[in-house]
Formats: sequence, structure tokens, C-alpha cells
Amino acid sequence: MKDNKVTNVVIAGLGGQGVLKASDILSRAIFDQGLDLKKSEIHGMSQRGGSVTSDVRFGKKVHSPMVPVGEADFVVVLAPEEVENARRYLRPTGVLITPDAVDGEALSNKRSINVALLGILSRHLEIPESVWRSAIRACLPEKLLEVNENAFTLGRGTS
Amino acid sequence: MNQSQRYLWSGDEAVARAARDAQVAWGVGYPGTPSTEILENLAALGGKARWSPNEKTALEVGLGAAFAGARALVTMKHVGLNVAADPLFTAAYTGVSGALVIVSADDPGMASSQNEQDNRHYAVAAGVPMLEPADSQEAYDFTLAALEISHRWHTPVLLRMTTRVCHSQTIVVPNRRIEPPPPADFQRDIQGRVMIPAYARPAHRRLRKKLTEIEAWNESSGPNEEHKGKPALGIITSGISYAHVAEVAPDASILKLGMTYPLPMERIRLFVGTVQRCVVIEEGDPYLVEAIRAAGIAVEGKPEMYRYGELSVERVRRILAGDTSPEPVPPRGKPPQLCQGCPHRTAFTVLNKLGCIVSGDIGCYTLGVLPPFEAMDTCVCMGASITVGLGLRHTLPAEQARRVVSVIGDSTFMHSGITGLVEMVYNPPPQGHVVLVLDNGTTAMTGLQEHPGTGRMLNHEPTGKVSIEALARSLGITNVRVLDPAADPAGFEEALRQALDAEKLTLLVARRPCLLAAGKIREYEKTAELQRSGCDCQAAGNDQVSAGGATQT
Ligand SMILES: Cc1ncc(C[n+]2csc(CCOP(=O)(O)OP(=O)(O)O)c2C)c(N)n1
Ligand code: SF4
Repeated sequence: MKDNKVTNVVIAGLGGQGVLKASDILSRAIFDQGLDLKKSEIHGMSQRGGSVTSDVRFGKKVHSPMVPVGEADFVVVLAPEEVENARRYLRPTGVLITPDAVDGEALSNKRSINVALLGILSRHLEIPESVWRSAIRACLPEKLLEVNENAFTLGRGTS
Repeated sequence: MNQSQRYLWSGDEAVARAARDAQVAWGVGYPGTPSTEILENLAALGGKARWSPNEKTALEVGLGAAFAGARALVTMKHVGLNVAADPLFTAAYTGVSGALVIVSADDPGMASSQNEQDNRHYAVAAGVPMLEPADSQEAYDFTLAALEISHRWHTPVLLRMTTRVCHSQTIVVPNRRIEPPPPADFQRDIQGRVMIPAYARPAHRRLRKKLTEIEAWNESSGPNEEHKGKPALGIITSGISYAHVAEVAPDASILKLGMTYPLPMERIRLFVGTVQRCVVIEEGDPYLVEAIRAAGIAVEGKPEMYRYGELSVERVRRILAGDTSPEPVPPRGKPPQLCQGCPHRTAFTVLNKLGCIVSGDIGCYTLGVLPPFEAMDTCVCMGASITVGLGLRHTLPAEQARRVVSVIGDSTFMHSGITGLVEMVYNPPPQGHVVLVLDNGTTAMTGLQEHPGTGRMLNHEPTGKVSIEALARSLGITNVRVLDPAADPAGFEEALRQALDAEKLTLLVARRPCLLAAGKIREYEKTAELQRSGCDCQAAGNDQVSAGGATQT
């Protein structure tokens, strides 16, 4: 039943860090691949710095929009203080991507850490780089593009 | 639109698209998580969408539009329906000539609410048909279906959504179509719409007859789906719970109910007869299970512990396994707090310092209850700050009564604070009272929406503006002051101290824009200024509501 497998990604961080923007870009890339997907988060008070998580699930057919605890294939965490909380989503074989995975010094703008971490995630997913790049362009305004494209490149390890 | 085009939409966005595609003439509501994005999306799509002062006014405007033969969509969060309950119950009697769909966005788990009431009970109590979408595709399809049902049976219809359905993005192929609406036209129907007892008595009977017809339709052609699985386990479910069930029990037989009032009880009976064990899986109150059991059908429900909070894949697994062992407690996470530099901060620092008893209200400023401020003593529902504060003032011993302050936001003031002010003038406490309006120029809590006090409509274009201070003065409150606590904390402290000592009816307005809204407000004002100087704004704004409100400044 390999082709029925659903891939689960949880992106976690604090309000204002760009958790939802990162999951928008990821969803866009998956959507453009023609897969079924569901993206879910609780928002409403996110502007005031509280914990935020966004769940993205994709595959041939996705039912529940929420990633069950212990079943995430990937957990991407934007804030160091959220790592402990977010870790519980990970399945034993899952991949945890934390903010120290990118070299902060090499980021021209610290706020693009979300997209840099997506770059790291992209190494693990079978989505062509061109699809990622057009998803970034579709989700971000013109003036933020260059900084974020560079951040993605940094994370993905391509140039 | 391409017939097989697929889109990734949230449930809220899907409702807005359906409303736009169905040429809904009026979308009207009051912001409230998780419903807010419906009207914002409708406006962005070029539909007519307006914020109203509160949910009752919104529902009544929608009802008027539907009396005129138009299609109307009214949106609110679950607690909003409490405010709109009065028109709801009697609109069920009058019915409508066009169509009236009311979205109730419930919040099981209280991601952003003060309670987790289950509004399915309203459908039963008011006698209003109810549809429950499970994902964005159904949010689109059911909005159109609700408009059709509303028109066919001349009844308001409830579209009951929940946070996960409103905010999850799922794939939608919008290929359902409905007939375009006829032009609006007034047809007199005195006995149908003037609910004096003589006309309301037959209207009640008409309502019950309609519901019987709708029930029969739901039995045969309602938006309910049956998935034939193994007969060992049958599950009856609806809304988001279906998504969890489909994942947990792919082999089970599933009856997924799309229209959950009036219920298709014969269909349910037949389904239950085909399976060996039948479990009802529903979020919130045991609404379905109790109705089904009352019809004499034997089904299992969920243990009481699962009434609280959202369901999930994990919890559905536990319910099916009959597991009532304590659930793992999720880590608390970092709570939200007032932004650094939020204008509300100074107000709460001073309220705390002066030892006030704070009758609070709902908005960003409710976060004034948390450390380091801890300057709020009550918070119940929107508007209650003023009136609960008056109750405290009337009854506490004088030395405590003197310290009571009612604290309310500007949007909340417009929503339901004004009647509280009238109560204050009508029944003044012996020691007077102090109302502090935290006017940050926006509805910040729900994501920076306009309200009547901002003088801009939902789409940020200028309209009539209601002045808080002029309104208070017009009611005969003479002690009215407007201050900026952040610019002059000492001045604000002194003003509050004086107000508490004065033993009169006092209204203080702490006015300074929300940090996140300030830049946008400046932009809207600049655009409006340009429009005023560049063209005849009366002509430019001809689709605006006429400048209303008690006062204009
Ligand atoms: C009846 C009802 N409708 C809507 C809401 C959602 N809601 C909570 S507070 C609020 C308004 C907040 O605006 P304001 O009073 O201006 O305070 P701010 O958040 O700007 O500080 C809204 C719309 C609610 N809780 N109850
Ligand atoms: S969003 Fe505005 S009102 Fe809310 S806490 Fe931040 S600055 Fe204050």
C-alpha cells in the first residue's frame, strides 16, 4: 500500500515568525504536483507571539487535516524554544529540522529563516526545485523575493 | 471558471466563492474567529460584503434583503448567534422570499473563544434546517445547497462550520451550479411577515409543516453519504469528525450526515440495521446520539470525556476502542501576549497600580488579565464590562464600589457597549461609575477589521463615523475625556484617579491606534483624502451604505 502513504509535515514556531507563510509555500508546491493535500492550523491570536503550528498532509488521498501526535515524517521548527513542544509530533523515524540547521550568519535577513528551513526540508521531498521556486514566487511579494530565494538556496544547498 | 479546475481553499474562502458564484446580494456579519475570513474574501472577490455593528443587526439586515427577494449571507462565530438569536427564532416563522443562509462558525476546543457551545442545538430550538460541511469542497457545495433549500422552502438555513473546517485548506473543484437569482422586488405579505400573535400562530404551524417536508426530502435526496464497508462496524458521523473517522476506520461502514437537522431518521434506522455495532462519532455535545436514541434506535455514543475539546484521529481511535484512560496532556505552549508597544499596556499598568476592580471585556485587551498586568476581574461576553461593572457598583460596599472600572474596546463598544451606557444613565450607581474605552481604531483581536467607530466599511472605504465621545455626551454623560495614555502615562493616571474620586458618571476614551493597524490606518486616510480632493466622493461612493450612526464627526 505504498502509494496510499500520506506524508505528514508539521511546521512550528511563534506568531510573527512566518510559520503560516512557510506552510503556504509548501502547500503550493505540493498542490502544483497534483497531489491531494490538507493544510490546517489554528490561528486567530497568532499576531501576539504565542506558539503556532501548521500541519500539512499530502498523498493520494488525505482525510483528517490534523497530523496525529507521533506520526509526523518531518517537523520543522522556527524557534529554538518551540523545539521541545513540537518534537512530540515526530514519528520515531521522522526528521526534525531545527533553526540551528542553517548558518544564521549566512542569512542576509534573519526573517527568512522560515524559507531557509523549507530549503532543508526540500532535500527530503520529491518535488522538483523549479516547483519550489515558483511556489516561493507565488506566495511572496516582489520586494521580498530575492532575500527568500537566497535563503531557500542556502537551505537546499544548491546555488 | 473551468469546470474541472482545482483550487486550494480554506472552508471560509470556499463559502465566499460560492456566495460570489451564486450572486449573493448581501454578505453581512460581525467579525469573529473562525468566521471572519468569509466576508473578507467575499469583498476581495468583488462581492458586496459589510461589517455590521453586531450579529443581531447583521442578521436583521440579511433578513430584510431576503424579504426583498435577494440572496443574503450572514456570518458570525458561534457566540454571535446568541446575540442574533432573537431575530433567528422569529425569522424561522416569517421565512424569506429570496434566500437567507446564516453561517455559525463554532469553535470546539476554544482556539479563540470564551466558550465551546454547540450551535447544532440552535437549529433544533429555532426550527431552522442545518447543513454541516466536512471540508472546503463541501463548504462550497453546501453553501449553494443551503441557498437552494432556503429559497425552495422559504426558510433561513444554518450552515454550521467549525474551526477546522473554516481554517483548513483543502482541494475544491467548484463544478456545482445554481440558477441566478431573480431581481429584488417587494411583494407585500402582511400575514407572513408581521408577527402579531394572530399571524404568528399559523406561522408556527407552517414552520412545522415545512420542517416535515424538508425531513422527507433529506431522507430521500439530502446531502448524506453512505460508504459501504464491512458490517462489523458502522459509524454515524458528520462534519470534520468524518475526516478523522475515514482515516481511523477505512474498513467500517460509514453514514456521513450532511444535513443534521431535520435528521433523516429512517435512513439512519436502515443503516443501523445493516451493521453489527454502530457508534456515533460527533464533536461536542451528544446531539446526534441523543436524537437517534430518542427515536428508539440503539447506537453507542462517546464517553463523556470526549465532549470537551476537538476530536482528532487519536481521540476517534480511543472512542472506538472504548478507551477512557486519561489522555496525555499536551504541553501548554507559549501563550499570546499584548504586543510590545501595544497602547493597551499603559492602561492596564495604571489600572493595576490604582488597585481598580476591573470589569473587563473581550478583545486583545483581555490579555490584560495575564502577568505582569493582572488587571482584569471579570470577562464574560461582549459588552458585559459596562453592565457587570454597574451591577458591582450597585451592590458592593461603598469603598469597594468606588474602585470599579468598566474596560471595553472600541469595536466591542459599538457591538454591545452602547446599551450598557444607556443603562448607566438610566440607573446610575450612587458612587457614579467609570467606563474606560480602549480605542485603538480597529477590531484588533480578530485581525484588524473596521467598525462603525472607524468611519470605514469592510473594504476600508470611508462611510459614516460614530463618535464614542459625542454619543456619550448626547446621552447626558458630562464627564467625558479623550486621552492618549501611551503619550502621557502620568496624565492618564491622574485622569483616572480624578474620575474615581469624582463619583460621577465618567467616560474616558484612551485613544491611540493599535501598533499593527497604525500604518494601514494612515494609508486608508491618505487614500480617502486623495479621493475627496480628486473627485466627487458622493458619486464615487454610490454603493456605500448611507452615512448612518448616532453622531458624525
Ligand atoms: C458575540 C461575539 N462576537 C464576536 C466575538 C469575537 N470578538 C472577540 S473580541 C472582538 C472585538 C475586539 O475588538 P475591540 O473591542 O476593538 O478590541 P481590540 O481587540 O481591538 O483590543 C471580537 C470581534 C465574540 N467574542 N463574541
Ligand atoms: S494587535 Fe494591536 S491591540 Fe492587539 S496586542 Fe498588538 S498592538 Fe495591541
